[in-house]
Amino acid sequence: MTAISAFATRAGLATGLALPALGLLAFVAVPLTASPYVLEAILLPFLALSLAGLGLNLLTGYGGQVSLGSAAFMAVGAFAAYNFDLRSGLPLPVSILLAGVTAAAIGLVFGLPSLRLRGFYLAVSTLAAQFFVQWALTKFAWFSNGSPSGIIAAPVIELAGLRLDGAVGRYLFSLSIVAAVTLLVHRIVSGPEGVNLIAVRDNETAARVIGVPVLRTKLVAFALSSAIIGVAGVLWAFTYLRTVEPAGFNLDRSFQILFIIIIGGLATLRGTFLGAALIVVFPLLLGRLSAAAFDGLIDAGLIKLTERIVLGTTIILFLIAEPNGLSAILSRLTARLRGIGRG
Amino acid sequence: MAWFELLFAAEVALGGLLSGVMYALVAIGFVLIYKTSGVLNFAQGSMVLFAALTFVSLVERGVPFWGAVAATLAVMTALGFAIERTVLRPLANRSPMTLFMATLGLSYVIEGAAQLIWGTQVHRLDLGISNAPFQVWGLYLSTFDLVAAGIAAAMVAALTAFFRFTHTGLAFRAVADDQFAALAVGLRLGRIWGTVWTAAGVVALVAGLLWGARLGVQFSLSLIVLKALPVLVLGGFDSILGAIVAGLVIGATEKLAEVYIGPFFGGGIEGWFAYAVALVVLLLRPSGLFGQKIVERY
Repeated sequence: MTAISAFATRAGLATGLALPALGLLAFVAVPLTASPYVLEAILLPFLALSLAGLGLNLLTGYGGQVSLGSAAFMAVGAFAAYNFDLRSGLPLPVSILLAGVTAAAIGLVFGLPSLRLRGFYLAVSTLAAQFFVQWALTKFAWFSNGSPSGIIAAPVIELAGLRLDGAVGRYLFSLSIVAAVTLLVHRIVSGPEGVNLIAVRDNETAARVIGVPVLRTKLVAFALSSAIIGVAGVLWAFTYLRTVEPAGFNLDRSFQILFIIIIGGLATLRGTFLGAALIVVFPLLLGRLSAAAFDGLIDAGLIKLTERIVLGTTIILFLIAEPNGLSAILSRLTARLRGIGRG
Repeated sequence: MAWFELLFAAEVALGGLLSGVMYALVAIGFVLIYKTSGVLNFAQGSMVLFAALTFVSLVERGVPFWGAVAATLAVMTALGFAIERTVLRPLANRSPMTLFMATLGLSYVIEGAAQLIWGTQVHRLDLGISNAPFQVWGLYLSTFDLVAAGIAAAMVAALTAFFRFTHTGLAFRAVADDQFAALAVGLRLGRIWGTVWTAAGVVALVAGLLWGARLGVQFSLSLIVLKALPVLVLGGFDSILGAIVAGLVIGATEKLAEVYIGPFFGGGIEGWFAYAVALVVLLLRPSGLFGQKIVERY
């Protein structure tokens, strides 16, 4: 009994301290020490993809509805923010918020089939969002403000007269948004809405019996998930790429986000960040590795193919050996470390 | 004038129907696997690419046509059993969604491997079937399209006969009906799944040859999976007949829409129109035109 309570306090203390420590690290230590390369090539895409993964995990991990159209909602978010910023003169955070609302509205429309369809039929119908949005954004010049190539420079991030166009500024901006949304999602999934969502995932009929508003829960999940993914799209385009183009939000991006939550672990927030980190760092590592080992003898196309094979294999291996993803591995690791520390 | 317009519409529809046959050809590979193992095999497109690339590379290296066919069939058989061994067996009794995501990973592996082995350049594939148009009752038809339709019909007939009259086909149906019962009466699930994936590989080869002759054999061949998915959704995942009918429906409406509705949207609606058609039908009939009505729990 005392052992248990001692463990509980220690674990509680650890998590109680972990969050401020993590915040201090991310908000203070990283901007002071990280090189521009690390910020630009690793941390900025990592933050945007983590946020997208968070949105998809809400829908797929907690809600059990598989979506193959995440990149479409990223595109909606990015283009909506660009157009609100261009045409309304509102401050950027408001434009980003409105972009989230726009993505939620579109997500709601494409979530309607979920009321009738399940499983694979739904997964395939989310592809409709992917193709329709990409087509609409390239077809109608209005979205890209008449730019002939469809590629537009993203606006400089400006907050209360402060220009955040350096790598550190964009990193802090992105990090603040990701941190805020993560806290929000954490509150939602550990609150009654989250429980409803999980109930609908695990047994829809039973959930209905005990009075869970199934239709509303599903639609809210779609809207919220799309909104978060939309904001992730804004971060991807505004803070990482600094251009807005429909081509970057293709089906491969949708799969990438799905892979993030499979590798990281479905229905865990921590796992999403771990998965995103792996997905971002892994191609860079592979590139470095092959450059070091073969000294440029292998051309870039070949590396790209190897990357695909290794990525696919990783997915299959995770599904077979660790369906709960990196998050579960981390849990086991910390439990073991704790055991060592005590014994 | 009106007669001419009608003729034009008929020609567009006919062209659509024939390209619908090509969609159905890809969709049948999915149906085979879904029927017997409940897996939506996203890797079917990459199997089409793999089969066509293997075939065309062998032919280019001087292997005679039928020799290349036999060798590719052997490769697809090996691939089918390897997939059963390394992916399906460890994932037995897991949720259909998990298996689907595994095939997503599998499609990356097969695509990457196919191009790593055979290279990424575009190959021309000539099956010796003429693509010259000829005229029937004032309609222009292409020989190639008709041959493709004939091959598809023959394949469907063969598959139907196989399912109905052979012992293995009966075993396939047993597994499709109830996996546990099939195991209980002593069917070897592993071998059956391996065989099914091989059969899907054969279908992939046929589809790959026809599509490859049309588009050239290259990476984009694996993207035909995206053309086949709305066909599947529309026809129902577990019906070969559904795949054919839905392929025809989608092929025809897609071409008609491109000609008659497309100009209002500035064209290029082919990418999503099939999905829109499938979605509208699905909202009325959630398990497709011919799909089995099942209550899904997971």
